[in-house]
Amino acid sequence: MELMSGNEAIARGAWEAGATIGVAYPGTPSTETMESFARYEGVYAEWCTNEKVAVEVGVGASAAGARVLATMKHVGVNVAADPLLTAAYTGVNGGFVILAADDPGMYSSQNEQDSHFYALAAHIPSLDPSDSAEALEFAREAYEISERFDVPVMIRSTVRVSHTKTPVEVGEKLDYEQKAYEKDPAKWVMMPAFAKPRRKAQLARDAKLREWVEGCPFNQVEHKGTAVGVICAGAAYQHVVDALPEASILKLGVTWPLPQKLVADFAASVDDLYVVEEGSEYLTGQVKELGVKVSDFPAPLPKDGELSPGLIKRAFGIEVPAHDEAPDDVPGRPPALCAGCPHRLVFKELSRIKAIVTGDIGCYTLGTLPPLSSMDTCIDMGASVSMSHGFELALAGTDHRPVVAVIGDSTFGHSGLSSLITTVYNRGAGTVCILDNRTTAMTGRQGNPFNGVTLQNRPSRELDLVGVLEALGIEHVTQVNPHDMKAVRSAIKTATKEQADELSVIVFKAPCVLLHRERKPFFFVNADCHACGACATLGCPAISKDAETGIAAIDPMQCIGCGQCAQYCAFDAIEQTTSSAKGGAL
Amino acid sequence: MSSATTVLLCGVGGQGTILAADLLARAALAAGNQVKVSEIHGMAQRGGAVTTVVRFGEDVSTMVADIGETDCIVSFETTEALRNIAFLKEGGYLLVADETIKPLPVACGRASMPHDAHGKLNALGAVLIPAHDLAVEAGNAKCENVAILGALESRLGFGADVWKRVIEGRVPPKTIEANVKAFELGLAFADGQ
Repeated sequence: MELMSGNEAIARGAWEAGATIGVAYPGTPSTETMESFARYEGVYAEWCTNEKVAVEVGVGASAAGARVLATMKHVGVNVAADPLLTAAYTGVNGGFVILAADDPGMYSSQNEQDSHFYALAAHIPSLDPSDSAEALEFAREAYEISERFDVPVMIRSTVRVSHTKTPVEVGEKLDYEQKAYEKDPAKWVMMPAFAKPRRKAQLARDAKLREWVEGCPFNQVEHKGTAVGVICAGAAYQHVVDALPEASILKLGVTWPLPQKLVADFAASVDDLYVVEEGSEYLTGQVKELGVKVSDFPAPLPKDGELSPGLIKRAFGIEVPAHDEAPDDVPGRPPALCAGCPHRLVFKELSRIKAIVTGDIGCYTLGTLPPLSSMDTCIDMGASVSMSHGFELALAGTDHRPVVAVIGDSTFGHSGLSSLITTVYNRGAGTVCILDNRTTAMTGRQGNPFNGVTLQNRPSRELDLVGVLEALGIEHVTQVNPHDMKAVRSAIKTATKEQADELSVIVFKAPCVLLHRERKPFFFVNADCHACGACATLGCPAISKDAETGIAAIDPMQCIGCGQCAQYCAFDAIEQTTSSAKGGAL
Repeated sequence: MSSATTVLLCGVGGQGTILAADLLARAALAAGNQVKVSEIHGMAQRGGAVTTVVRFGEDVSTMVADIGETDCIVSFETTEALRNIAFLKEGGYLLVADETIKPLPVACGRASMPHDAHGKLNALGAVLIPAHDLAVEAGNAKCENVAILGALESRLGFGADVWKRVIEGRVPPKTIEANVKAFELGLAFADGQ
């Protein structure tokens, strides 16, 4: 018996099924799946530049005959949707399984979309494990389903399945023999003449899947009382078991297609049928489409955010137990850029010049929060660059504030590069800041094309970022040390003033502080502090100012000796210790 | 209702709540329980408020903690204990490391710390544990987590041997001695309360 997260269990299940190729772009809550898969014997696993590329590499490997695992977060499925919806026509050769890890409650995402809708749109089976043991079993069986029905299979997880550790019995690795590839344009070339018959094949496959799902053991009925019946799947099932011990439950392990007869029979066995789900009303809609009456909850169940047993009880009129309330003077504790983060001064300087900052997805999205308060927008991967182009287009000919896009190295590789080519091609203006911290930081420091680190530590090639930019024909490309305040200020000033009508790219290159964990002697505030508060505007977690006197202080346990703050002190009141005492307990 | 016990571990990103939850879960498993550990990764870890839930017992279904239904809150920081207090059920165990970390809005002068946090925690029946001091006494300040788990054991009763085996299997070899000592000091502290 091993304690495994849902993500680790999915990786294990894929490996046991004989999957040998893994493709992914990191994204919470999916990331550890591919990291875990990559550690198994006999597999090849890689980070791709984005989810679309990952799925395409996966379709290629599947066509060639290998069993393939592709993993991504829910919003990554949007990026991958193009190949996915047509791979649903071609089908597979070797089994192809895609993990879509959703984030209801948005712990680390920009939306809480429900990936079930992609399974519905693509006509591909969707499997919802509710714990790690099921995650392993479903992943393992998914390959057989994929090959039997000639279809990619989606495992739809959520943060509470992917990131919950539960006991798992592991199994043996299946002796899977990779299939042979045979040329078959009618299956793999989706031009209209061939796509039309494949569309018909897809619809014929739907009928077979509907027949299969009626007897699929992943769907289970737990008969208890006859008054209340609940249909649910995934983590919501675990909450329902806790919240409604008297209720009968139809637990769906397969959420597309739905077992029509099983649902109808279950509905007929109870007085009132409810559907409990989080993030969307996908299942409710699917059940209703089968002609089954779904009852309204006695009190509303929240439609946004995560569910819990308590919220389900409230919907059924069970009150919250007595408890103390948090005092109303507890201050918020938002996440913040780390002490020594190389992104900090870029945001400070952009804030100083009151730039319109189009942001992107990564740690640096935290540059939005006070006191830096630098970012104006954040939508999706790569949007910083394209949105800044849009701002420039709409504001052209007006006296406007500088427009600056801010994007990380990994996000630039993901989709910022294609955005930038659009700007270059159309002779757009503006400033693009690439915060090259040498890693994909937010998801746990994964490799990417611009740091040349690969998932299984194979030799690679570190892409020359400045060289790539220059090759695009961008005339103003500079590289700056982001810890050097004067250099940062000067580069931003040049780009946004002197070159305001042209496109400039500034690469701010310095490693993430969590990458090497290098510590220098810490800084301290001496008696010359005038309580001006300038250092506190940097939003460094190591710096605080006294609530009454305004005098600044630096926490030696948090300071890593980067020296950013000292450059902002007009009174030379921030000094570095001369001793060998290293700061930082990060 | 399932028969599970719910422990909510809370603190500040980077304080080691995930490692502590892992040790607790493995001890619960070794003591013959079913167990679930629910972690939150990603953006919240960058110095923000974090929570990890460990549930164990004969039969464990949900992996989340609910308002007014949580058996133990183990807070690595005083402000976070107050933030999460609504989760604690009546008569639940509130174990708090006597350590305070100013959130960034307070450090940069945009918000204030709660008034008389210690008074409030005492009124809520909290056991305040000098985890840092106990860890230093044990020989390694980084063993704070394990000192807190020692204090939690006084409520759980898995048995010191179970914990010792789990600690030995999960912490770096060089720190085993200090961790075991920190565990014992934490347990003795809580037993003396």
